[in-house]
Amino acid sequence: MLEIAGRTFESRLILGTGGFRNLGVMAEAARGSGAELATVAMRRVDPTARGSIVEVLAEAGVEILPNTAGCFTAREAVITAKLAREALGTDWVKLEVIGDDRTLLPDPAELLVAAETLAAEGFTVLPYTSDDPVLARRLEDAGCAAVMPLGSPIGSGMGINNLYNLRLIIEAARVPVILDAGIGTASDAVLAMEAGCDGILLASAISRAADPVAMARAMRMAVQAGVEARRAGRIPRRHYAVASSPDEGLAELERAEREDHLPDAGAAPTTR
Amino acid sequence: MELPRSKRYDAVVIGAGLIGLACAWRARRRGLSVLVIERAREPASGASGVAAGMLAPVTEADFGEDVPLLVNLAGRDRWPAFAAELEEVSGLPTGYRAGGALVVAADRDDAEALRRLHEFQRGLGLDTEWLPPSACRRLEPGLSPRIAGGILAPQDASADPRATVAALASVVEQIALGVDVEAIESDGHRVTGVRTRAGAIECEQVVVAAGAWSSALLPDEAPPVRPVKGQILELRVRGAMAMPFERVLRTPRCYLVSRGDGRVVLGATVEEQGFDTAVTADGVFRLLEAAWEVFPEVGELELVAARAGLRPGTPDNAPVVGRGELEGLVWATGHWRNGVLLAPLTGQVVAGLLAGEPLPDEFAALAPARFARARA
Repeated sequence: MLEIAGRTFESRLILGTGGFRNLGVMAEAARGSGAELATVAMRRVDPTARGSIVEVLAEAGVEILPNTAGCFTAREAVITAKLAREALGTDWVKLEVIGDDRTLLPDPAELLVAAETLAAEGFTVLPYTSDDPVLARRLEDAGCAAVMPLGSPIGSGMGINNLYNLRLIIEAARVPVILDAGIGTASDAVLAMEAGCDGILLASAISRAADPVAMARAMRMAVQAGVEARRAGRIPRRHYAVASSPDEGLAELERAEREDHLPDAGAAPTTR
Repeated sequence: MELPRSKRYDAVVIGAGLIGLACAWRARRRGLSVLVIERAREPASGASGVAAGMLAPVTEADFGEDVPLLVNLAGRDRWPAFAAELEEVSGLPTGYRAGGALVVAADRDDAEALRRLHEFQRGLGLDTEWLPPSACRRLEPGLSPRIAGGILAPQDASADPRATVAALASVVEQIALGVDVEAIESDGHRVTGVRTRAGAIECEQVVVAAGAWSSALLPDEAPPVRPVKGQILELRVRGAMAMPFERVLRTPRCYLVSRGDGRVVLGATVEEQGFDTAVTADGVFRLLEAAWEVFPEVGELELVAARAGLRPGTPDNAPVVGRGELEGLVWATGHWRNGVLLAPLTGQVVAGLLAGEPLPDEFAALAPARFARARA
C-alpha cells in the first residue's frame, strides 16, 4: 500500500496520460495498470468539456492528479495549480517546473519556490525533481507530501541513470519517494521498487508502447515483483559460485558409477 | 436559402461541412430529395473550413489503430474518382493532388521513432520506403541539412477542403444556411422530421453530420463525440519565390501541405480544450518552430491566416457511420483527423444506407452501436 499525505492507495503505480493514441486505449491501459491516480496536464485540457479525458478517467475509476506540465516559472506553476484546484476540487498537485526545453529537466530554483508557495497555501504538493538528494531534502523541508525524482529525462526511456543518487534520496526521505520519468520497460520499474521507491509514475513507457494495454499489465506486475523482491531480501553478491543443490551422498553415487564403468575396478587399490 | 415550409424530404442532413455535403450529393445522385441544414451562415464553418486536407492514411497509421487504417485506406482509394466526378459536374476545382508524403526526422531521436513506425507500416504491407537524409533532400531540396532521414509514402495525397466544399455546395443546391436545428423529431420509434428555430421540416430520414456538435442533438442516444481543437496556419509564397516543396511534408510534430498555387498550410495542434477556438500565441509559435526545424524556408513565407477548428473525436479515433437506434436516423460524424480523407467514402456509404441498403461489412466496426455496448 502506498500512503501519501494520510491517504492510502492499493496501487503503487501512478499513470501519466500523455502520449496515448486515443482515449479508449488510455482508459483500458489505466484499468490494466491498476493505477488509482492518473496525472493530467491542466494547461492542455479543459476539465469541463464533455467526453474529455477527465470524464473518460472518471468512468475508468481513476482519480485525477492535476499536474503543472508545460510551466517554466514558479508563477505559472502556482497559477496552474490554483486553476486545477478550482476546476477539479482537489488540492493535490503534481508540481512540474521545467528548466530546459530540450531535456525537460526541472528548474530546481523555481521548483523550490513554487513548492514552498503551494505548500503554504494548503496544497498537497508532489514535486517532480531532479535526482539530487539535497534538493529532495529541501523539497521535503518545504512541506512537500512526497518527492518524485526522475530516473532519466521525461519520455527518454533510458531507465534509472543514477541509482546511487536515487538510493541516497530514499535513505534520507521521511516522505514517500516516487520515481517519476525515464522508465522504458518493466525491468526499470522492478529496479526502482527493489531500490526502495514507494511508487512509480510513468506515461510514455505505456502510452507509446506498441501495445499499451499489455505494457500496462506488465508494469503492474513489475511493480509488484519489485516490492516483493525487496521485502523478500536479496542474497548478497559473491565472486564465486556456491552450489545450490545439496552435496550429501554425492560421493557414494560417484563411487558406484566408477565401479560400474571400470571393469578392472576390483583390481585397483580402493584406499590411498 | 429560405427554409421551405411545405415540402417533405426523403432526408435532411444536419451540417454543411464536407461530410454532410458529400452525403447529400451522393444521396441526390440516387434520386432522393435532400435538404442540408447548417447552423452557420456559410458552409464549412466547422472543421472542414480549417482542415489542411491531407489524404494520408499511410503516414497517419499508428500502432493499435487497425480499424481506422483500413477505413482510411479505402477512403483514399475513393478520392481520385470522387474528385474527377465532382470537378466535372460542378466545373469547380477540388485541389486534389497526388504526389506522396514524406515524413522526416528532425534528429536522431525522431529517426529512431520513425524507423520503428516504418517497421510497423511494412509489417502491415503498406507501401512505404525508408530514405536516408540525402535521398530525402534530393526529393525535397528545401529540407534542412540536419534532418536524419524519413519515410516516403508515395501514395498519400492532399486536397483543398474549402474548394471541395464550394464544389459540393454548388451541386447540392438545397442548403438552408443560418438555421439552427433544435431537435430531431420522432414518434418514439422513427424519425419524423427536425425542429428548427425557423420552423419544422418533415422528412423520412435524418443524417447527423454536425461534426464536434453531433452529440448535443440527441444526448441519450448520441455516440460520444467530443471537440478536439486544432490550430493551423495558412502561408503563401511571396514575389518570385518558387513553390518550396512538392509533397506533403510531415514530422512527428507538424505537417506542411502545398496547395499547388503558392499557398501552404501548416498544421496542426491537437488540444483537448472543449469548444474553444481561440488562436493562441503558443499554438502559432509551436507550429512555426516545428516546421522551421526541418524546413527553414518557412520563415520566408507570408503568414496569411491563423485558424482554429474543432475536430470531432471519438474514444477510439474511428468515425461513427451507421444507423442509430431510432429508425431513420443515420450518424456520419466523429471523423477525427480524417474527415477530408473519408468524405467521399462516407458519402457513398451513407447514401447507400438512405437508399435502404445495409452497412457494408467492411464498415461494421464504425457503427454507432459499438458505443451503446460500451455504455451498457
